[in-house]
Amino acid sequence: MNSKVADRIATGVFVTIAFIIVAILAALFSFILFRGVPQISWEFLTTPSSSVQAGGGIRDQLFNSFYILFITMLITVPLGVCGGIYMAEYAKPGKVTNFIRSCIEMLASLPSIVVGMFGLLVFVNTTGWGYTIIGGALALTIFNIPVMVRVSEDAIRSVPAEMKEASLALGITHWHTIKTVLIPSAFPGILTGSILASGRVFGEAAALLFTAGLSTPRLDYLDLNPFSETSPLNIFRPAETLAVHIWAVNTNGIMPDIREIANGSSAVLVLSVLIFNLLARWLGSVVHKKITASK
Amino acid sequence: MENKAALSAGERLIKSKQNRSLGELRGKILVTLCALIMITATVAVTIFLTVKGLQSFLVNHVSPIEFLTSTNWNPLADQPSYGALPFIFGSLAVTFLSALIAAPLGIGGAIFMTEIAPSWGRKVLQPVIELLVGIPSVVYGFIGLTVLVPFIREHGAGTGFSILAGTIVLSIMILPTITTIATDAMGALPNSLREGSLALGATRWQTIRKVLLPAALPSLLTAVVLGMARAFGEALAVQMVIGNVRNLPESLLDPSATLTTIITLNMGHTTYGSVENNTLWSMGLILLIISFVFILIVRYLSSRRKI
Amino acid sequence: MKKTKLLSFAALLILLIGILAACGSSNGEDQESNGSNETDQETDASQDSESESDEGASAEGASGSITISGSSAMQPLVAAAAEQFMSENPEADIQVNAGGSGTGLSEVSEGTVDIGNSDVFAEEKDGIPADELVDHKVAVVGMTAAVNPGVGIDDISKEDLKKVFTGEITNWSELGGEDVDITLVNRPDSSGTRATFVNFGLDGETPAEGVTEDSSNTVKQIVSETEGAIGYLAFSYFTDDSVTAMAIDGVEPTDENVQNGEFPIWAYQHSYTKGEAEGLAKTFLDYLMSDEIQTGLLPEQGYIASTKMQVERDAEGNQTDK
Repeated sequence: MNSKVADRIATGVFVTIAFIIVAILAALFSFILFRGVPQISWEFLTTPSSSVQAGGGIRDQLFNSFYILFITMLITVPLGVCGGIYMAEYAKPGKVTNFIRSCIEMLASLPSIVVGMFGLLVFVNTTGWGYTIIGGALALTIFNIPVMVRVSEDAIRSVPAEMKEASLALGITHWHTIKTVLIPSAFPGILTGSILASGRVFGEAAALLFTAGLSTPRLDYLDLNPFSETSPLNIFRPAETLAVHIWAVNTNGIMPDIREIANGSSAVLVLSVLIFNLLARWLGSVVHKKITASK
Repeated sequence: MENKAALSAGERLIKSKQNRSLGELRGKILVTLCALIMITATVAVTIFLTVKGLQSFLVNHVSPIEFLTSTNWNPLADQPSYGALPFIFGSLAVTFLSALIAAPLGIGGAIFMTEIAPSWGRKVLQPVIELLVGIPSVVYGFIGLTVLVPFIREHGAGTGFSILAGTIVLSIMILPTITTIATDAMGALPNSLREGSLALGATRWQTIRKVLLPAALPSLLTAVVLGMARAFGEALAVQMVIGNVRNLPESLLDPSATLTTIITLNMGHTTYGSVENNTLWSMGLILLIISFVFILIVRYLSSRRKI
Repeated sequence: MKKTKLLSFAALLILLIGILAACGSSNGEDQESNGSNETDQETDASQDSESESDEGASAEGASGSITISGSSAMQPLVAAAAEQFMSENPEADIQVNAGGSGTGLSEVSEGTVDIGNSDVFAEEKDGIPADELVDHKVAVVGMTAAVNPGVGIDDISKEDLKKVFTGEITNWSELGGEDVDITLVNRPDSSGTRATFVNFGLDGETPAEGVTEDSSNTVKQIVSETEGAIGYLAFSYFTDDSVTAMAIDGVEPTDENVQNGEFPIWAYQHSYTKGEAEGLAKTFLDYLMSDEIQTGLLPEQGYIASTKMQVERDAEGNQTDK
C-alpha cells in the first residue's frame, strides 16, 4: 500500500513540475507578447532602424539575426555532427577521449562574455577584419559546438544497438553503417539539438556585441553579390542582430520610443524562434517519414 | 527502420571492397579532423585565457593571494587593492542556488516527459523548453528588472536587487539546458530496465527511483553541470538584477556581484593592457578554472557510479 | 544521406532569408536608390557628392567608409550624426560601434578604427599612448544627481551630496525630505560618468557601495522605481518626471549654467583620432563641429555644444575661462 501511495505522490509531484515549467513559459510569453505584439507592424519589420527619431524599424537587424544564425549553423552543424560521430563511434575509452570530452565541456562552460572578448582580440583585431558577420559567427561557433556534439553523440548512441549490429553483420563497413543507418535514425535528435542551439544563437548578445558590432551598413537587398560592400550577403560587414539591438536600445538608446522598439523587437525575436521551431519540427517529421517509410 | 537498413545494406554489398575501405578511411579522417578542430579551439581559448589571465600577476605584480582571498576590490584607489573574493563567492552562490532550483525542476520535467506521460507530455513540454531557450538573456534581464525586483522589494527587505533575484532569473534560464539533456539521458535508457523492474512488481515511482535514476545518474549530473556552466557564465541578465555590489552578501536578500557582471561592467571602460583590464581577464581565468573543477567533480562522480 | 538532410536544413534557412530579403528589397529600394554603388567610387575620392553643405564640411572626401568605436554613452549621438551625414552624403559609409571608452581608445591607438570615442581624457586611462592621439572635443555633457521624486528634495548642497554618497547620511529626512532610506545607485569604477561625478560632484571622495549599473537607461529606471534612490545621470536623460534632477548649491542643472561654468559637474565627449584626422574622418569630425550639429542635433539630444562653452578644462580637471 505504502508504495502505491508513494507512487501516486510522486506522479503528482512530476505533473506539478511539468505544470510549473509550462506556467513559467506561459507567463514569460504572455508578458513579452502582450507588451510587444501591439508594436509589430509590417512597417516595423521592413523599415531600417533610426538612432534618433521615433518610428525606426528592425529590417536589417532581423535579417542579420537570421544570416548570422545561418552562417553559424553552416559551420557548427557539420563540425558538431562529425564530432558527435567521433565521440559515439570512433573514440576509444582512454586518455585522449577523456581529454576531448574535457575540451567539449570546457567550451560549453565558457562565459559568453569571455568568448566575446576572445573573439574581439582574435577575429576582430588580430585578423584585421574589424567587426564582421564571420567574426560573430565564429565566436558563436565556439560555444555552439559543444551543444551540437553532445546532442549528436546522444542521438547516435540512442539508436538501438541491434540496428548497427545488423548492418555490421551484413559486412557493411563502419563508416557506411554510420552514414546509412546511424545518422538517419539519429537525425530527428540532431535536428532538435540544432534548434536548441539556434535558440541560443538567436538570443545571444554578449558575444556578438564585441565581434559583429553594433551597426549595419546601408544594405541594398537587390545586390546579392556576396563580395559587394552593400550586399546583405557580404560576410565581412558589421551586423547588429536583433538581440544586440534590444540590448543597445535598452541601455543607451536616446530615441523617444525605446520601450516600444525594445518590446516589439523582443516579441519579434521570440516569435521568430517559435516559427522557426515549428518549421523545423515539421521538416524533421517529414524527413523522418521519408527516411523510414518510403523507398 | 530495419527494413531500410537491410535494403541499403543490400545495395552496399554490391559495391566493391576497395571503394568501401576508401570510404571508411575518408570517414574516419573527416571525423577525426572535426575532433581535432574542437581540441584546437579549446586549447587556443585556454592558452589565450591563461596567458591573458596571468598577466596581472606576472606583469602587474598583483598578489594572487590577495586576489583570491581579499574582500576589498578597489582598483582605482591610490593604494589599489584587487580582492575578487566577493565576486567569486557571488558567482558560486548564484550558480549553486540556481542549480538547486533548476535541477529538480529540470529532471522532474524530464521524468514527466519520458516516464509519466511519454506520449503527450513530450509533445507539450518539448516545445515549451525549446522556446524558453529562444528568449534572449537581455529580455530575461528586463523582465527580472521590471517584475521580479519590485516584487522582492515589496515582499522582502531592501532594494530588491539581490542574490535571490539573480538566482530566480538564472534558474529559469538554465532550466531548458538541464531538462533537454536530462530528457535525452532518460530517453536513452534501454526499455528492458523499465520492463524488468515493472515485471518484478515495482511501482512506477520505485522503478524511477531505484532503477532509472541511478542508471541515468552520470548523464543527469552532466545535465546539471552544463546548466551550472551556463549559469556561471551568464552575464547580461544577472547584471540587471543582482545589484553589482562589491561587499560580501550576508543574506539572500543582499545585493551581490558575480565575476561575469564585474567583467561586463568594466571591460568596455578599461583599456587593453592596463592593470584593471588584466585583472578582469584574471577573473575570466578563474571562471574557466572553476568550471573545470566542476567538470572534474562530475567526472569523478560518474566514474564511481559506473563501477 | 546526411548531406540531403543538411541540405534541407540549409534550404529552410535560405528560404527564410530569401523571404526576408525579398520583403526588405522592395522597401529599401526607393529609399536608398542612389546609395548602392559606393564600392566603385570609393577609390577615386569623388568630389561629386552633393554640394549641399554651406559649411563646406562635407564638400570633399565625403565618400568611402570609416569605422568609429568607443563610449557607449556617445554611440547614439554619434550614430545619429552619422545618419544625418550619410543622408546628405550618400557616398559615405560611417559605422558607429560601441564597446566602451576603453575599447574605443585601445582600438583607435591600435589603428583598428578610425575614430575612438571616449567620455574621459585619454590621459586618464592607463596603457594609452595619449600623445599619439589627437583630441576632438565634440560635445559637453552635464550631469547631476537624479533622485526618485518621492524624496521631496530638488536642491542639495555639495557637502550634503558628499555625505549622501559616502553613506554618512542614510535617510532623506536628515536633509528635510521625506522619511525614506537612501538607496545609492552607482556606476562601475571604470565608468567615465562615475569619474566625472566623483571628481566634480563629490570632490574625489569615494562613494559608498550601492547598486551598480552601467547603462543610463537602467539607472534611470531603477531610480524612478526605487523609493529613496539617488543616482547620477547626464542631462539628456531627464526627459520626463520619472526622476528629479537635483540643483547643486542652488545652481540649476541647465545647459546655460554649464556653459558659463557655474554648474560644476560636466565632461567633454571626446573623439580621438590617431594622428591628425584625414579624409572622411576629418570631414565627419568637421561636420560634428559644424553649426548644423552643434546647435541642431546636440541640444536636441540633451548635449551641450562644445563651441558654446565659456570655460574649458584640461586633463587634470583644472577649469579656466576661455
